[in-house]
Formats: sequence, C-alpha cells, structure tokens
Amino acid sequence: MSGHVHRDDLGSRLGMWLFLVTEMVLFGGLFIGYSYMRYRYPAEFHHGGMELNATLGVINTLVLLTSSLTVVLSIVAVQRGEKQRAMALLGTTLGLGLTFLVIKGFEWSAKFHHGLYPNSPHLATLPPGEQVFFGLYFTMTGLHGVHVIAGLSVLGVMLWWVATDRIRQDRYIHLENSGLYWHLVDVIWIFLLPLFYLAA
Amino acid sequence: MSGTHAPTAEPSYLVDTGTRTGVMAWLTTTDHKRIGLLYLYSMMTFFFVGVGIGVVMRLVQLTTFQKLVTAQTYNALFTVHGVIMIFLFVVPGLPAIFGNFFLPILIGAKDVSFPRLNLASWYFFIAGAILAVLSLFTGGGAPDTGWTFYAPFSLKTGTNVSLAVFAAFVLGFSSMLTGINFITTIHRLRAPGMQWFRMPLMCWALYSTAWIQLLATPIVAITLLLVILERFFGIGIFDPAKGGDPLLYQHLFWIYSHPAVYIMILPAMGAISEILPTFAKRPIFGYKAIAYSSMSIAGVGSLVWAHHMFTSGMSSVATMVFSLLTMIVAVPSAIKVFNWVSTLYKGSIDFQPPLLFALTFIFLFCIGGLTGVMQGALALNVHIHDTYFIVGHFHYVMFGGTGMALFAALLYWFPKMFGKMYSKKAIYASWFPMFIGFNMLYFGMMILGMMGMPRRYYVHLPQFHTMHVIATVGSWLLVLGLVMFFAALIYATFKGEKAEDNPWGGVTLEWTIPSPPPLENFDVIPTITRGPYHFEQEEHR
Repeated sequence: MSGHVHRDDLGSRLGMWLFLVTEMVLFGGLFIGYSYMRYRYPAEFHHGGMELNATLGVINTLVLLTSSLTVVLSIVAVQRGEKQRAMALLGTTLGLGLTFLVIKGFEWSAKFHHGLYPNSPHLATLPPGEQVFFGLYFTMTGLHGVHVIAGLSVLGVMLWWVATDRIRQDRYIHLENSGLYWHLVDVIWIFLLPLFYLAA
Repeated sequence: MSGTHAPTAEPSYLVDTGTRTGVMAWLTTTDHKRIGLLYLYSMMTFFFVGVGIGVVMRLVQLTTFQKLVTAQTYNALFTVHGVIMIFLFVVPGLPAIFGNFFLPILIGAKDVSFPRLNLASWYFFIAGAILAVLSLFTGGGAPDTGWTFYAPFSLKTGTNVSLAVFAAFVLGFSSMLTGINFITTIHRLRAPGMQWFRMPLMCWALYSTAWIQLLATPIVAITLLLVILERFFGIGIFDPAKGGDPLLYQHLFWIYSHPAVYIMILPAMGAISEILPTFAKRPIFGYKAIAYSSMSIAGVGSLVWAHHMFTSGMSSVATMVFSLLTMIVAVPSAIKVFNWVSTLYKGSIDFQPPLLFALTFIFLFCIGGLTGVMQGALALNVHIHDTYFIVGHFHYVMFGGTGMALFAALLYWFPKMFGKMYSKKAIYASWFPMFIGFNMLYFGMMILGMMGMPRRYYVHLPQFHTMHVIATVGSWLLVLGLVMFFAALIYATFKGEKAEDNPWGGVTLEWTIPSPPPLENFDVIPTITRGPYHFEQEEHR
C-alpha cells in the first residue's frame, strides 16, 4: 500500500504491448505446428479445408473487423467526452463479438453433426493428415474463441467503467489497452481465416 | 558511505503501516520488498522438499534401501524432484527474490511499474505450486514421465500428468507477468540520470532474463496445453497413430526449456557481477562486455534448443547447425568469467562470505559450463546422452551455478533485507561440507555417466555400486552443509546483531539507504551522475 499515487500511461501501454507479444508467441507455437503439419500433409489439408464453410468464415472476419472499428471509435468518443456515444459503440462491439461466437457455434455444431471432431469414430476412418487438420482446427479456433470470450468480458467491464465515470476524458488508458487486446484477437483471426477456411 | 543519510523517521518496510496487520498485511502487500520475501520463504520451502526427495533417491541407489521405495514410486520421485526444483525453485530463482527486492532500489525507483500485478504473480506462483502438490495425491497418482513430459508416454500414462502439466502452465503465467513488470520498470522508472549504461549489471541481467521469460514461456504454455487437450480430447498433434509427431513435442518443449536455463543462470551471473566489485573494491572489468554478453546469451541461447535432441532422429544438417550454435553460446559465458577474474586481479580483496560463495559459483559454473560444451560435440553426445553425466552436468550448472549464486546473493543482501548480520563463522563452517559433498555427489555422477550408468534407472549394475555409494555419502554432506547454512541465517533473522547500512562498503544505490529499507526506499529520488561501480573516486574524497 504505497502512499504515493503513481500514474504512468506510457508504462501501462508498454506493459500491454509486452503482454500482446506473449499472446502472439502463444499462438506462434500453434502456427509452427500448423506449418509443419501442412508441409507434411498438403493434400489432406486441402481436402480438410474443403469441409469448412468459407462463406461463414469470411462473414465472421467482417464481423470482427467491424467490432475493432467500433472499439477505436469508442476510444475517440471518450477522448471527446461523448459518454453516451462511447457506451453505444462499446455496446455494438459486444454485440458483434457475440455474433461472432454464435456463428462460430453454428459452425462447430455442424462439424460435430458430421462426426468431424477429435476422437470421433468417423474421423478415425479418415487419413491421418485430415485427423491432424481437424485437431488443429478445433484447437486453434477454440483457443481463439477463448480469447474472444476473454476480450468480451474485459470490454464489458470497460463499458461499466465508462458508465460509472472510472473511464473519462482525462483517463482512458484502460479502455485503450482493452482495445489493443481486442485488435490482437482480430489480427489472430485474420491469420486463421486463410490457414483453415481458404486452405482448399 | 554508511551513516551519510540523515536519521529518518520513516519506519522500515518490515513494520506494518497500513490498515492491515500481521499475516494479512503480508498477503495483501504490493510492496516489492515484501513480495520478494514472500517468494524467498515459499521458494525455500519448496527447495527443501526437493532436496528431501533428492536424498531419498540417493538412498534408493544404496540397494539396502530399495525395500522402502518401489520402482513406480522412484519414477514419480524423479519427476516430482524435477518439477519442484525447475518450476518452483530455479525458474523463479533470483529474479523473483532479489529482482523483486532490489531491481527498483538499484535503478532508484520506489516500486515496480505494476505493483498489484506483481502480487498477482506471486499468487499465480502459489496457485501453481498447490496444483503441483495436488497432482501427487489425486487422479492416477504422481506423474511418472520425468519433468520433461515427453510425448507419447505423457499422453498414454495413467498417472496424473494433466494436473501437473496444468500446474506448470499456471507457473508460466507467474514468470511471464514478472518479466513484463521488470521490462516496463526498467524502461520507465529509472531515476533521473540513470542511463542504460549506468545501471548496475544485475539490472542488465534481469532485463535480458525478462525478455526470455516473455518470448519463451508462451511456447511452453501452448505445448503443455496441447498435452492436456491431447489427453482429454485426443486432438492427435503429438500422436503418431493420428498423423501427429512426438518429435514436434520435443521441439516445442525445448524451444522454451533451453532458453529457460538462461532464465535460471543469467540473473545468477548478474548477482555475481554485483558482488565481485564490492569485495575487490574496484570497478567491474569490462562493464559493457558483461552487459552485452547478457543480451547475446539471451539471443543465441534461444537458437540452440535441439541440442537436447541429437539422438531423437533429426537430419544431420540440423544436428551440425545446433552443435555449432551450442558451442557459440559458450563465448559470451566465457566473456563473463574472464571479466570476473580480471575484476579480482589487483583488487584489494576483502574476503567475506558472499565472496566465498561467488568464487564457488565461478568454479562450479566453469565445470558445469565446460561439460556442457562437451555435450555439444555430436560424437560425444551419443555416448553420454541420457546418462548420469547429463544429470551431473546440469546439477553443476543449476545448483553449483544458480544455487550457489543465490546463496551468495542471499549472503550479500541479507543484512540489507533483514537489517541483521549473520555469524560469518557459521557460514564458513557450512561451506566445507557443502562444497565437498557437492563435488562428491555430482562429480561422482559424471564419472558414473562416463562409465555408462543411464539416468532415471531404479537399479544399477554391480560395477557402478562403489561410485553410487560415494555419491550418496556426498549427498549427506551436502544436506548437512545446507542445513547449517540456513540454520545460521534463520538464527540471524531473530537473534543476529543489527547490521550497518553498508556493511560491505558497496557503492550501488541499495547501500545508500537504511537497513532494512523504508517503505518507499528513498526519501528523495536520487539523481545519478556516473556509472555504478566507482570505488577509486570514493577513496579520493
């Protein structure tokens, strides 16, 4: 409980960027695994990619990109002291994030319906490369989904803080950092889209 | 410089000044010094648990004791010994204790950049530790894979690997968050005039360590996560039956776990670079060379991981490249050793316990480091891979290196941290059994390895028995030394004489403030006008 009040927005932002580096390396490990497996099983990855619904993937990309835009606009709104607009934009972001998860849920349930999930009897009959493809598909989109949920939770708190004036015109570093995190979630998806949906 | 500060009304950080008192004041503290001590106490507890397991393993090798421990339990023992010593002791190691306590003081700051995150890191550490302990008693019993959790065995075994792996995952968070905190602190909170090349070398070591923590730890996090997913859902990436590849596991694991040994050793080297100038009473030789060598160890050390896998079946090009890189990483380490020795040359040496342990570090680290280069040679590696030679080697580096440096740092900064002085005679007395026992145990292991004794074996052939007996007796001496060492320090925290503010005549910033330091370290943030080790100028004044 230090007595002095210490505030260092630049330091907070640096800390956030360093945290984002760790997130990128976390997914980096999976990208290494993906590259190696795709090099090993090019035909199977091509075939696996055909099973995925590219249209839904692209729609989801647009949904996430728009949600990133609304986060940025909400930061601008806070900087200008427009509290109502900031809250509306953050609410839109939350809505778009949930939309992403719903679409993702439909996709996953369709895969389960077709028996395409790890350890399923149907998948066991497919060639090994395709089993790895779907193993990676569920791992990487699943981990990304967890990050979407985490990001939405954080943005939900930010919405509450804007409402209760903990985030305001002269103090918005938390919202900025949350926005950075949300962009990372977005960027990772932009890599996942071509690696899986456009692999065919 | 002792006694130059005005007598201050500020109470020391050990006195509760907030609304909470006693244990709660400690468990909710955001003071970097108290968090350092929390780490010290918890890590030392785990260290002694690990030591206890080590002693039991040595006893098993005296065949008369084999009735006590079954072969399956022995597998669990070496796994748990490794997990505790690696993830709960040497990886947090010096940064968690001395980095937390001294980094802000050494750069002239009041605390780290994110004090609450710092406390959260400690809770992650404790949570991981509790999970690791739980994994011993729940599920299918203690994990029996070795601390490396190699696939495919870790995917198939019925023991509680999932929980143990998850514990390591949580501990990784603690490590990463500490790294983020230290990098930000060094970038943002240096006192006015504290330029990069005016920082004490401990700060450079912590800085390069923090970057490895940041860039390597997430890889092991995802790898361990994949093991858990594989065990629960069978995603197949490491499972050859489903098209996966166990070799990929080894690569991903060592991409973290080799740089991790530099997470362990770099801060130790930083502490040695602080101790030697103080007791040689002259500036460190080759300041910039040591600073840059820390950074280049961090860099090159990230590119050598596959030297753990020479016998796993890689292409011969890959083995040769990794062999070369392994030998290159010895260069910056040697630069440090030569600079340390040059610092002592023509110094006016004041022989004190911290210096004794620092010199012990240099001696044991040289043996550990040079045997490491031996293993980097491909032909020799095939012969000694997975033998006691490896076990002896990494104990020389990790225990003789990091462990002894941690003891040296503890002796060096103990009077500052607790405001008490220990009995120097008791510490000298503990050194003899520790040093003799250490070399009997681990040099004995290296000889055994050269003779062909494989590691992780429950039984051994008759021709190895004599050396096993020597090593086991060595382990008793080593433990005797450790107990004497810590008994002397624990006694000193209660009954020790009051320490001066600057008992060793050090010139870095921590010696300009009272022992123990006040809550906010400095009454007035100092302004720095010169490099960290200026002894000659001190004499002229």
